[in-house]
Amino acid sequence: MAARASLTIRLFGGAAIAVLLTLSLGTLIAVLLRAEAISGFGRPEWAAVRFTLMQATLSALISVSLAIPLARALARRQFPGRSALITLLGAPFILPVIVAILGLVAIFGRNGVISNILGFPLDIYGLQGILLAHVFFNLPLATRLILQGWLAIPSERFRLAASLGFTSGNVARTIERPMLIEIVPGAFLVIFLICLTSFAVALALGGGPAATTVELAIYQAFRFDFDLSKAALLASAQFVICAIAGIIALRLSIPQVAGGELDRTLDRWDAKSPFLRLQDGVIIILSAVFLLVPLSAVVLRGLPGVLEMPVSVWQAALRSIFVTVIATTVCMAMSLSLAFFVQNIKRGKIWVEGVSLLAIAASPLVMGTGLFLILFPMMDPSRAMLFITALVNAAMALPFALRALVPALRQIEGTYGKLADSLGMHGFTRLRYLYLPRLRRPLGFSAGLIAALAMGDLGVITLFSDPNRATLPLEMYRLMASYRLEAASGAALLLLMFSLSVFWIFDKGGRVNADV
Amino acid sequence: MLTFENLHITIGDFELRGDIKIETGAQVAIMGPSGAGKSTLFNAVAGFLSPSAGRIVWDGQNITTSVPADRPIALLFQDNNLFPHLTAFQNTALGIRPDLRLSDTQSQDVTDALAKVGLQEFEARKPAALSGGQQSRVALARVLVQHKPLILLDEPFAALGPALKAEMLDLLSRGIRESGGTLLMITHDPADAKRIADSVIIVADGQIAAPVETVALFENPPAALQTYLG
Repeated sequence: MAARASLTIRLFGGAAIAVLLTLSLGTLIAVLLRAEAISGFGRPEWAAVRFTLMQATLSALISVSLAIPLARALARRQFPGRSALITLLGAPFILPVIVAILGLVAIFGRNGVISNILGFPLDIYGLQGILLAHVFFNLPLATRLILQGWLAIPSERFRLAASLGFTSGNVARTIERPMLIEIVPGAFLVIFLICLTSFAVALALGGGPAATTVELAIYQAFRFDFDLSKAALLASAQFVICAIAGIIALRLSIPQVAGGELDRTLDRWDAKSPFLRLQDGVIIILSAVFLLVPLSAVVLRGLPGVLEMPVSVWQAALRSIFVTVIATTVCMAMSLSLAFFVQNIKRGKIWVEGVSLLAIAASPLVMGTGLFLILFPMMDPSRAMLFITALVNAAMALPFALRALVPALRQIEGTYGKLADSLGMHGFTRLRYLYLPRLRRPLGFSAGLIAALAMGDLGVITLFSDPNRATLPLEMYRLMASYRLEAASGAALLLLMFSLSVFWIFDKGGRVNADV
Repeated sequence: MLTFENLHITIGDFELRGDIKIETGAQVAIMGPSGAGKSTLFNAVAGFLSPSAGRIVWDGQNITTSVPADRPIALLFQDNNLFPHLTAFQNTALGIRPDLRLSDTQSQDVTDALAKVGLQEFEARKPAALSGGQQSRVALARVLVQHKPLILLDEPFAALGPALKAEMLDLLSRGIRESGGTLLMITHDPADAKRIADSVIIVADGQIAAPVETVALFENPPAALQTYLG
């Protein structure tokens, strides 16, 4: 791009990096400075660290182990509803965590469907509940990642295998195992990272000395004890854990979830036996039931609940829309600035991407606490609560947006860069007539993701839990916590519809008239 | 002899018909415009799709519905013929046993085949450590150890340069002639056909034409071929 434009790009990129650094490291420092006496890292803190690592390891292990047979079944079977099921596998990305938890409690909880059938109450609280919720969210993700691996195997390989008389055992050993060895560690790590920082699941289903994650302990230290030094200490621990995991993640090739491309099956001449068909059928049906039934419970219980909803739910919904709009705008502005910045610098790309990963390593609760402390001398932070929430959501969603935008931009530059150069398309012209039109789909998709994340997030907002300033997920959680399940179900349905709608609107906006 | 008896292939709106014979030991090129159905024919013969009517017969044996592995056929695709994580030796050995448990004689066969294609020094290398031409040679070695009477090629060696491609075609043609095999090769390059094929089958306008002797065909090309050659 021309030198004139590159100043603007540097300016915007630098600003975005400054904001990110403030949000991740700056807030941590703000919390550390306020901590008066650094208390020692006692037994409960170590217990929280251990529990965090254990639940994340187990969640990732279970999700990936179940995902391998499911992905294999989906890769080699064609059946009615297959593409609907694969679309459903993408839903947990945009499904608010607290809504899913309500659905899971309705099925697996003390008074849930399964307890009623068995005749004795199941206990969903504690490690088993956390694992259940994490597998519910991450089994679909793992399945999509591994299914991509399967479908990326060239079809000639399977034809060759058929022609050489491979049995399904030969295919597994020669074709499938090498692919799994390549894909599975990355998928495991992605899920491990997600579960390390998961907060809403631990808040709703964990707690107590036996099932407290670091993130939950930060919340408790801040909200119940207002013990900033303990919160800061835990925040540093969380930061270190996530940073180590993040560095490992940078070294491994992390598989990416591509949109589409999963809508085909492999012709498999080795897997035609009735036994294998039956096995795959059972796996697919069980998985579909596991994923669909809790969601159906939310819809079924939510419909009558809509009438029970207090006015506060509608007010909270308005606040959530406000948070979503701000978060999406800020995140898109920052990620576009960073994407162009990365595209235009010659050295140091890895550092810029590293900075964006800081947003993953930093705890959203610490970001919120830090912003609270920074703003405290200037104004009443509770008035800025919604804005803080939006900003934190924007920072958290940034890595996802960058993952979509940076490769897209690189591809555009690679394909059309020379043509545009030769035609003298520079600066704003290039942005207006080359980049933005060609970026529409990834822009729409990532804006949809960010909006859905912000809409459903139950994280930093819990710190301020002010009944007059609650967002929709928080309001729903409060109704749940006070056992107003009818109203909570209604709010859950509303939240679910909002999240799906915002995703759909943005994603659709990126697809309409996007000539590919 | 390979026979298509009133063969009829339908895929959606697309139709392909043929009723022809190919002599044992013949080396035949299949040519025709893109989308005319060359690869479809290839898939039907190899067993990857079922014809809607008619029969495919090899030496009196009906193979129309046989599974790919039971057909007397060895295949070579345009690319992806090798598994990237297996060595040249293992990739070749797959042609004998898919589980790679070879007897000593069988191992010797693999070594001999690799030597025949000039790769005796490269047995332990994986495809990434081989040049494009060497990779094609490994695939060729596998075809040789399979000892199948019918060899099917879908635009093989298309990624290679002209000189290298000619060399590979010669190697292939010679190997098959020695074993008495029959060769069917899809190609879009008339030079390939002129180089090794004794006859050419034109696939165009939904018809599989009977094989015509190569020299005669290019001296007096039919309309479909003329349009294709330009």
